Amino acid sequence: MIAMTSTHQIELAKKAGEHTHHFHGGLRLRHNKKISCRDPVEQPPLPKLLVVPLLQHAGDIAEPLVHVGDAVLKGQQIGQCQPCAAVHSPVSGIVDAIEERSMSHPSGQPGLCVLIRPDGREQWVKINPLDDWLDASPDKLIAHMQNCGLAGLGGAVFPTHAKMRDGRDRNTHTLILNGVECEPYISCDEMLMREQPDKIILGARILRRALGAERVIIAIEDQMGAVEKALTGSAEYAESENISVVKVPTIYPEGGERQLIQVLTGLEVPAGGRPSDLGLICQNVATAAAVADAVTEGRPLIERYVTVTGNGVSHPRNFRALFGTPVSHLVDQCGGYTDDVARLVVGGPMMGYPLDSDDAPVVKASNCLLALTHTDIAAPQPEMPCIRCGECARVCPAMLLPQQLQLQIKNELWEPAQAYGLSACIECGCCDYVCPSHIPLVDWFRFGKGELRKRVLENEATELARKRFESREARLLRIKQERAGKMARRKQMLKDKSTQQDRIRASIERAENKGRTKSHKHSNGTPDDT
Amino acid sequence: MTRSFQTSGAPHMPPPTSVAKVMLQVLLALTPGVLAYAWFFGPGILVQIILSTVFALLFEFLMLRARGRPLKPFINDYSAVVTAVLFALCIPPLAPWWISCIAMLFAIGFAKHLYGGLGQNVFNPAMVAYVVVLISFPQAITNWLPPSALAEHSIGLADTLITIFTGQVPLAGGWDAITQATPLDTLKTGVDAGRMIPEIRNSPLFGDFGGYGWEWIANWFALGGCFLLYKRVISWQVPVAVIGSVLLLSLPFWLADPDGNPFPLQHVFSGAIVLAAFFIATDPVSGCVSNRGRLIFGAGVGIITLVIRRWGGYPDGVAFAVLLMNMAAPLIDRYTRPRIYGE
Repeated sequence: MIAMTSTHQIELAKKAGEHTHHFHGGLRLRHNKKISCRDPVEQPPLPKLLVVPLLQHAGDIAEPLVHVGDAVLKGQQIGQCQPCAAVHSPVSGIVDAIEERSMSHPSGQPGLCVLIRPDGREQWVKINPLDDWLDASPDKLIAHMQNCGLAGLGGAVFPTHAKMRDGRDRNTHTLILNGVECEPYISCDEMLMREQPDKIILGARILRRALGAERVIIAIEDQMGAVEKALTGSAEYAESENISVVKVPTIYPEGGERQLIQVLTGLEVPAGGRPSDLGLICQNVATAAAVADAVTEGRPLIERYVTVTGNGVSHPRNFRALFGTPVSHLVDQCGGYTDDVARLVVGGPMMGYPLDSDDAPVVKASNCLLALTHTDIAAPQPEMPCIRCGECARVCPAMLLPQQLQLQIKNELWEPAQAYGLSACIECGCCDYVCPSHIPLVDWFRFGKGELRKRVLENEATELARKRFESREARLLRIKQERAGKMARRKQMLKDKSTQQDRIRASIERAENKGRTKSHKHSNGTPDDT
Repeated sequence: MTRSFQTSGAPHMPPPTSVAKVMLQVLLALTPGVLAYAWFFGPGILVQIILSTVFALLFEFLMLRARGRPLKPFINDYSAVVTAVLFALCIPPLAPWWISCIAMLFAIGFAKHLYGGLGQNVFNPAMVAYVVVLISFPQAITNWLPPSALAEHSIGLADTLITIFTGQVPLAGGWDAITQATPLDTLKTGVDAGRMIPEIRNSPLFGDFGGYGWEWIANWFALGGCFLLYKRVISWQVPVAVIGSVLLLSLPFWLADPDGNPFPLQHVFSGAIVLAAFFIATDPVSGCVSNRGRLIFGAGVGIITLVIRRWGGYPDGVAFAVLLMNMAAPLIDRYTRPRIYGE
């Protein structure tokens, strides 16, 4: 469904970033980012074994392109998935196994992973940079992004090429680079912007070219002073026009695509629509840096900045970690866990998902590994009935009535649930956090969305079955009618035949009669009187 | 070496609040008003609060038992205590003990648990309780006291207890010696008798705006209400709508006939308007959810109260107004659903 946007809205969208606006609700949370920003980002030593999941993006799982025992090179493609993002080997080494393993997926389900034992030589596959990217066509750039396995590194890992194709086809005027890391604790994007501003600016220019957009806005939080300087400096150095850095107030979940667009433009992305309806495309700053690597150096996406933090690790910090690196390996590099560690989370405390074991690997979506202590998470509170206090509605950035919505889902009233805006929920967790009755609202909404999807699929299936049945009935009817028609025709023909024979007989008889009358000279009947 | 962890859904942060905390904040906000009440009218209110709290918790316990619900989280949520305190603030300080018993049976047993317990009640339990005893035992709960400073006989704690538990006033002259009509009563009977309001207001029962003493209690309740607003336990829509509608609707009547109609601020500071605006109409369970809905709900409470005061049979109509609006709340919610992002 493509929502309609007026030209007036597009004009407003073109002024993105001139003023900052507000979005509904949200929370001011304690930042807790400084603890992981003290040390420069380093690459940890190679782990003994890398577990590279074949599903690291939003979409279908990739098909393995290698076999057990194969030697692979660093950057060699090992997984293929046509509409989705490719998967590459982060190291050179031997494929140890291809098996079901924990793949650090929000579902918690294991999936097919390629286990690679590094040989330590770090031998690269032949790389193909697009040296002439300034002259390359957008299609070529976007295809290159797909081949390099790029996916949104903000956490949603939506395949970059798919978003870019959508943007290229829809008159995109402004590229928004999202550097708003609004969840507490996470600092990987901040560290990347501090350390690699040139790469981000380069990536921004490539993305802008691929989109055919005029402007780039890099949105950062108002608390990131050093970052602003670094980025503006790089933009000036690159002598690139129309790249501006905009500071936005730090309110969770401002890093959400729809909230950020609202803050920058004052406009809302139409329900059921996409930012491209407004001529806007959002990409994470880390994605932009990865694009620069992919296009100018030919390096596929095999590593990312990861924050390893929380009171549950001895020395929180950021790493540039290869995909497939076990979480335990990174924690070891941080001096191990503290004694009172209680929970391990991928992502931030608001939207992150828990890991049941630290042998799970770092994947494209892993922006942060958060080890929390008992005091950080507190004992689980008993769920009380809703007292309709309305706090959830006050903080909801999608302007929903979460408690009413939850009631519809609980009673399995799917149409009212849709009317209450179930699909507009961004699962930010604000309602869940403020609920005095400790109702796990977001869990309900995820469940509801799953049920709705299931029902849509079921409806499609029944619709298909109905169509199939109807066409079969129609076919049978047609065959029956045809057969009946044929029978009728044949009968007619037979009938015709019999009358013909009758006629022949009649004429013979007539002839005989004539002969008889002639011979007897008596005629006492008409010729047709038979 | 790998390590296993317990998993649990997001958010991975301790919740900043709880039902019990919300209820405690409401109780805390009521405290200054309750103390002012005791200051002006003697210790009776404190005895009534204790009595109704005990009965409320007793019925809460019995109903939870009967319904097979866990006791601890629901007894400890303080919601029954809030109901009890709000009810105690509505009845005369010397009302007999069995009034709270019957009232809490209706509040907790009927209005709350028969509708499904915490969060499920359609009607405000404290107001149900008050209306039940107001209609059933009008004699017992119209024996109001004058402020201590105006009373001929001051009543100590011992006399208060004897009166509440025996129903007999241990003073010469009995009830007649100590009770007095409330300012709203005085006003209503006075106006009905054809007297003019400025004349009626000459009585020492009246203060600057409302009744002497009462207006100060209202001030303290308003202060507590501001605390709740600051803590975001309640939203501004309900109190603003209640008080605003009372002011706006009474203004033209007063301008047209200042002798026959009280001036707007007198309405606000008389009776239970301020208490209702901040503590009763703001009850989230039986009120509206959306902000627009809350404005309509509050305005409805204010308007119906005024209508009852002006044309009805009762001097104050807050409890009826709240219950009537409770009935309308689901409908209001239905038509004031806020716009969703992007729609």
